[in-house]
Amino acid sequence: MSVRSTIISQFEAVAGEQHRRLAPLSDDLKLLQSGLDSLSFAIIVARLEDKLGFDPFNAEEAVEFPVTFGDFVRLYESSARPQESPTR
Amino acid sequence: MGLKPSEWLWGAMVTEALPAGSFHSAGTSVRLAELAGASILGGRLEELRGRTVLIATQDQLAAAVALIELDGVAQRIVLCPPDLAPVHFPHVIKSAEAIAWVRDAGVPEENGTGLDISVTVQPRLYVQQVTRQQSHETEWVLLTSGTTGAPKLVLHTLRTLTSIIVHQQASQSATPRIWSTFYDIRRYGGLQIFLRAALRGGSLVLSDPKESMTDFLARAAETGVTHISGTPSHWRRALMSGAAATIAPAYVRLSGEIADQAILDNLEATYPRASIAHAFASTEAGVGFEVGDGLAGFPATLLSAPGPVEVRIVDGTLRLRSEANALRYLGEQVVPIRGPEGFVDTGDRVELRDGRYYFIGRAGGVINVGGLKVHPEEVEAVINANPWVRMSLVKARRSPITGAVVTAEVVLVDEAPGERPKPEVLIQGIIEACRQALPPHKVPAMVRIVPGLEVSPAGKLVRPNA
Repeated sequence: MSVRSTIISQFEAVAGEQHRRLAPLSDDLKLLQSGLDSLSFAIIVARLEDKLGFDPFNAEEAVEFPVTFGDFVRLYESSARPQESPTR
Repeated sequence: MGLKPSEWLWGAMVTEALPAGSFHSAGTSVRLAELAGASILGGRLEELRGRTVLIATQDQLAAAVALIELDGVAQRIVLCPPDLAPVHFPHVIKSAEAIAWVRDAGVPEENGTGLDISVTVQPRLYVQQVTRQQSHETEWVLLTSGTTGAPKLVLHTLRTLTSIIVHQQASQSATPRIWSTFYDIRRYGGLQIFLRAALRGGSLVLSDPKESMTDFLARAAETGVTHISGTPSHWRRALMSGAAATIAPAYVRLSGEIADQAILDNLEATYPRASIAHAFASTEAGVGFEVGDGLAGFPATLLSAPGPVEVRIVDGTLRLRSEANALRYLGEQVVPIRGPEGFVDTGDRVELRDGRYYFIGRAGGVINVGGLKVHPEEVEAVINANPWVRMSLVKARRSPITGAVVTAEVVLVDEAPGERPKPEVLIQGIIEACRQALPPHKVPAMVRIVPGLEVSPAGKLVRPNA
């Protein structure tokens, strides 16, 4: 499962649990217009850490807060890459 | 120059001239000077003189005006936050010994069952003759969450609530300020901003839960906000809105939660010309101190710094002693707020690293979700009602969005009536039960089934950070 599809499935699952109507997830969708509140995002980030094994917000250098859904996905994708590349 | 012991809010607002500022909500504005000849209470102010009055309105502006009108008039005012559940009203009314309330249409009439006097208000003023005269040193009661889910009532006076504000006043210029806060003013952090705006001749832009972050920031910008406060979670949400730069404040304040370096750096980058400060305050301990050096935590030198607030670290938690401390809790079976030598134990754990103290969480496992306290015991009580659960442990998990989220570990029984549900069905059932019984921030984000939990020799669950 790609990072993007993992994120999408978490957005959908949490929106369902929180009884919130999720806007169609396009890259230019503003996160605060997605229908989710801060608590929903907090739950998504916690669960993504369990699923993906990292929390990009917890990086050494400060990250810019994502504004759009596309920003959010890119933040995770760019954090995922260094972990995928090491020699095995 | 401080508020004199007998001073009251309106009296302090009009010492030299009528106040110049206005208070703004999403739909309405009130010019404070109008209160000299108008009232929100529609001619019923005198009925409330000497009474204990609940202020329970959905509308923040209505509550703000009622507070100004009732200080010095009522014996005691109880600030009910808009999310106070109907089930908790009887406890609050009884503990505070209230006999009157000021409500609006957003709060069901049944919540005030047992109260003799009911004044229903709207966020508008009625022009009328009004005699503003102090007869009482009004007690202010704030609500804070308790272990059982029922709120605790914390007693302050205008003097304890403003002791630090007034102390700071002498050193600051008298330029009118436009304040705003993401907080509700019925909570300690928001109330501090309300009082600063009222006492310093400023204006105040109130938030509205129905308004989007972008709209609120646009409204604050339009009003020309200069000073604005919120929790780190509020600020993260503002940054996520992409509209944070709509405002250009001179002063940005964070309180109510641990301010980490990431949020401080982000705000520094967004508001390069603002002075950015994170403050420590709690309903019980009052305003503690403000840190303005751009770094998380606070310098250890604060412990020996002269000033109105004495700071100590005992057993790894922060203790404060000052005139801003609350006086006591109200109600039956209450414990003293102040401990040995008059210090209030804030319950906030700190760790010393290289001459600086950093906040590392709360004692007793208390979880702070976006500035709202969660006592693990009340969540565990709901989880443990499930017949398949033997015991549970509710704890915090760090969150870059809300500071923390609630998680739970459960140990199952071997036998219970009926067929054993699949783990995922059981977990969904637990979460659903919590959602029915608790406000959203208290519902575990994740539930894990574990083989066992550590129990101390005294038979108590071993809590992390306890």
